[in-house]
Amino acid sequence: MKSRFFWDTFFNKTLSAAALVSVLTLAGIFLLLLYNGLQAFSTIDIAEFLSAAPWNPAAYDAPVFGIGAMLFSTLIVTFGSMLIAVPLGIGTAAFLSEMASPRLRNLLKPAIEMLAAIPSVVIGFLGIVLVAPGLAQVFDLPNGLNALNGSILLAVMALPTLISVSEDAIHAVPDYYKEASYALGANRWETLLRVTLPACKSGVLAAVMLGLGRALGETMTVLMATGNATAMPHSIFDPVRTITATVAIEMGEVPFRTPHFYSLFACALVLFLITLGVNIAAERLAARLRKKGQ
Amino acid sequence: MEKIKLDVQALDLFFGKKQVLKNIHLSIPEGKITALIGPSGCGKSTLLRSINRLHDLHPDARLMGKILLDGHNILHRNTNVVHLRRRVGMVFQKPNPFPMSIAENVAYGLKINALCSKSEMRARVEQSLRNSFLWEEVADDLDKSALELSGGQQQRLCIARAIAVEPEVILFDEPCSALDPISTAKIEELIMGLRGKFTQVIVTHNMQQAQRVADYTAFMYLGELIEFGETRQIFEKPQQELTKNYVSGHFG
Repeated sequence: MKSRFFWDTFFNKTLSAAALVSVLTLAGIFLLLLYNGLQAFSTIDIAEFLSAAPWNPAAYDAPVFGIGAMLFSTLIVTFGSMLIAVPLGIGTAAFLSEMASPRLRNLLKPAIEMLAAIPSVVIGFLGIVLVAPGLAQVFDLPNGLNALNGSILLAVMALPTLISVSEDAIHAVPDYYKEASYALGANRWETLLRVTLPACKSGVLAAVMLGLGRALGETMTVLMATGNATAMPHSIFDPVRTITATVAIEMGEVPFRTPHFYSLFACALVLFLITLGVNIAAERLAARLRKKGQ
Repeated sequence: MEKIKLDVQALDLFFGKKQVLKNIHLSIPEGKITALIGPSGCGKSTLLRSINRLHDLHPDARLMGKILLDGHNILHRNTNVVHLRRRVGMVFQKPNPFPMSIAENVAYGLKINALCSKSEMRARVEQSLRNSFLWEEVADDLDKSALELSGGQQQRLCIARAIAVEPEVILFDEPCSALDPISTAKIEELIMGLRGKFTQVIVTHNMQQAQRVADYTAFMYLGELIEFGETRQIFEKPQQELTKNYVSGHFG
């Protein structure tokens, strides 16, 4: 009896510890970013840091640390990718769940999920050799490594999650809602748009947020495919450099514990705060939608 | 002789290879309440769902024979099912209001079928809720979620939603099986109040309910229609041995 009690307690404690690891990791990362990131502001003016001042951290006499252009670039590339991925993803999910035959669905869904298995460096590669030259030709540009290129590639990367999660949400809408709608003389399109999608909007929103998180944090693809110019972009056809790309490019070569070093942590901190904000907003919105639906 | 609204002729229905309805002949008179009774699995709900072609949603359902609505075969390939379902409303076994507000639920059918202008909408919603005896209870809460209503209220809302589009026929698929006795009584009163305005077909496993509300009763067993007649005759002087055994409670 005693040994059974021991093992029960033992497993209980072990599993709690395992669960604690991820929470502690999150807290640790946040503290690390906070500790190093805030040190940047002992030498850098925070207003200048967030302004549209140029990013020139390695200048010999007067280095300038302004992430405004990169922050803006990150936002337009991400927003652009969502503009492409959200309608395409929800449309695909609705087709898979509501229109496609079960056989087609069982074929297509794993195929789409496989898209997520493609390494981001491969997507970036495709961006350089395929999408960018295509864009250059279509829009008559000197080269296609620009914000739009990044948006398209990020859309491709966000799609598998977006489709898979929103398809699950749409599929989980009970048949009796749809039957009630059909029985009132609605067609498939009206039923989808007015009953099915509203009934699962919190799930679809979660899917969009997961896709958004993926696009915001993606590094390798945008680093390879957006041209890496730190200047403020004036259109989606300008080359841009996102915050993630900046950190990835410069972190390996920056002298230890210099203002430049700390400023990269501050960059990461800004990015972390954005994704945290997006996640919290999504969580709240989803909770409110769920409550409203009940 | 009464006018026949729905005429089912030699109807066979298969799900895959399994035959669920066998050579059904049934004439449902206009404006009356017709009950379909029989033990579970006898095909009464399946027959009901053939009348608004809800089986179209199941790719492996096959129907043969005819169902005439005012003389036109609704099983014909060229039938516009959207139009058919506007004329033939349905109330389901489990109350299934949409996850929207009470007013939006009733307005839904009006909106998609473009049956009235925006300015008339409120009046039509109110009228439908009054006709389903729900108005007094929800008049102040029209914008509240329909899912906050009790089960009985939800079912009356579903009836309001169905009658809002002014169908000619209303199908009830065991509308009270998920409700308590008081809510059941209200629904029955409501169905009887609609007698004459709509042709109503009600599937029920509750024989007392059939006796209370129905003008005509059809008894089904193992996919076949055994006997059809005035409710009184079916329960008091059944012609078939099977019907007699069923209504007297020997099986089922």
